[in-house]
Amino acid sequence: MIEFHLNGRSGVAPYMQLIHQVRQALRLGLLREGDQLPKVKDVAAGLAINPNTVLKAYRELEYEGLAAARPGIGTFVTGTLGGSSLAAHGPLRRELQRWLARARRAGLDDESIEALFVSTFRSAAEEGIA
Amino acid sequence: MTAVIETEGLGKRYRRLWALSDCTLSIPAGHVVGLVGPNAAGKTTLLNLATGMLAPTAGTIRVLGGRPAAGPAQLARVGYLAQHAPVYAGLSVADHLRLGAHLNPGWDAELARSRIERLDLSLGQKAGTLSGGQCAQLALTLAVAKRPEVLILDEPVSSLDPLARREFLQDLMEAVAEQGLSVVLSSHLISDLERVCDYLILLVASRVLVTGPVEELLATHHLLSGPRRDPATLPAGQHVISASHTDRQTTLLVRTSDEVLDPAWTAAEVGLEDMVLAYMSQAAGRGRHNHHLEVHS
Repeated sequence: MIEFHLNGRSGVAPYMQLIHQVRQALRLGLLREGDQLPKVKDVAAGLAINPNTVLKAYRELEYEGLAAARPGIGTFVTGTLGGSSLAAHGPLRRELQRWLARARRAGLDDESIEALFVSTFRSAAEEGIA
Repeated sequence: MTAVIETEGLGKRYRRLWALSDCTLSIPAGHVVGLVGPNAAGKTTLLNLATGMLAPTAGTIRVLGGRPAAGPAQLARVGYLAQHAPVYAGLSVADHLRLGAHLNPGWDAELARSRIERLDLSLGQKAGTLSGGQCAQLALTLAVAKRPEVLILDEPVSSLDPLARREFLQDLMEAVAEQGLSVVLSSHLISDLERVCDYLILLVASRVLVTGPVEELLATHHLLSGPRRDPATLPAGQHVISASHTDRQTTLLVRTSDEVLDPAWTAAEVGLEDMVLAYMSQAAGRGRHNHHLEVHS
């Protein structure tokens, strides 16, 4: 079982924070297929958040195929993350390192690189490429 | 589904002063509704109209489809916790539970007992010797154990210290999760409500300024910053809530249901507190000339 926490100042909606934490736990192997997610009531009471927020996060995870609700029992992990794509991480990382080296040679500092990456990532996401 | 609270042109006047005017809203069931606004905005008046302790001067109000306090059946469906969580100082915790059982036909004695146990309140203790946080939780226990369909709370946490506040809200959210209650709670501090409310009513100077599901409100408000520009040149669908300018830059809070496409703007999401404050200062700036705004779900 994992325990959720919320960052009030992050600006990220609470339900998204819950989803991120489940996804993160799946990536790190803290959650595996078949594990039960914390009960809605317990999360609501523990974090003093609206139960609808928790339900929304769990529905989203269901939609992504990562979890499934068993009525009257709870919500369980049904998927995995990272497993099959881990192999691709290495080559992608090496490409990114080469790109970073080029960016530095072109005179970009850390902040400029980050800003460029984030804005490119965002516009790609908006165009539905990413 | 029947609305939890539905009002039409609702108003309440005390002598010459309108404490609430021209209030029209419809709150769907299943929400935790935050009723927010500065002091003396009319929050308590609206809640007292909903519980039937006040009668409207104008318009109508229905709670769960019925007239407030119309009879025992209606009273049993609505739980109410007044400001400062009133309990009887001379009565013990057990006396309060007996009183609750006696006065409420749908009393859930088992629920009341298990809550008192969990809260670690001793049954023999006089309510007058409880801390503020314990009083609030005893009062909440009474309100929840009556098994209402909607629970109305007037400034339930404003007099509590941060820890008691947190515990009270945890307790309340647990009750919501367990019993599927609808809740309407007022506060002049939006930060108290940010995590718990999924529906917002903003009341300023006796009028409803904003009402709608929180998620939708957040999705339709954007903080735009870019080169200095006259807000009057914005597209028709963008309503400016607040604007500030330097000699080069303009920062706007706009409400729009469309996407902001103008590449000159850097758009950022806005938090609930900032949004509410922008509306409140807009209303203060505009004085008596108020503007009604509604986000439809």
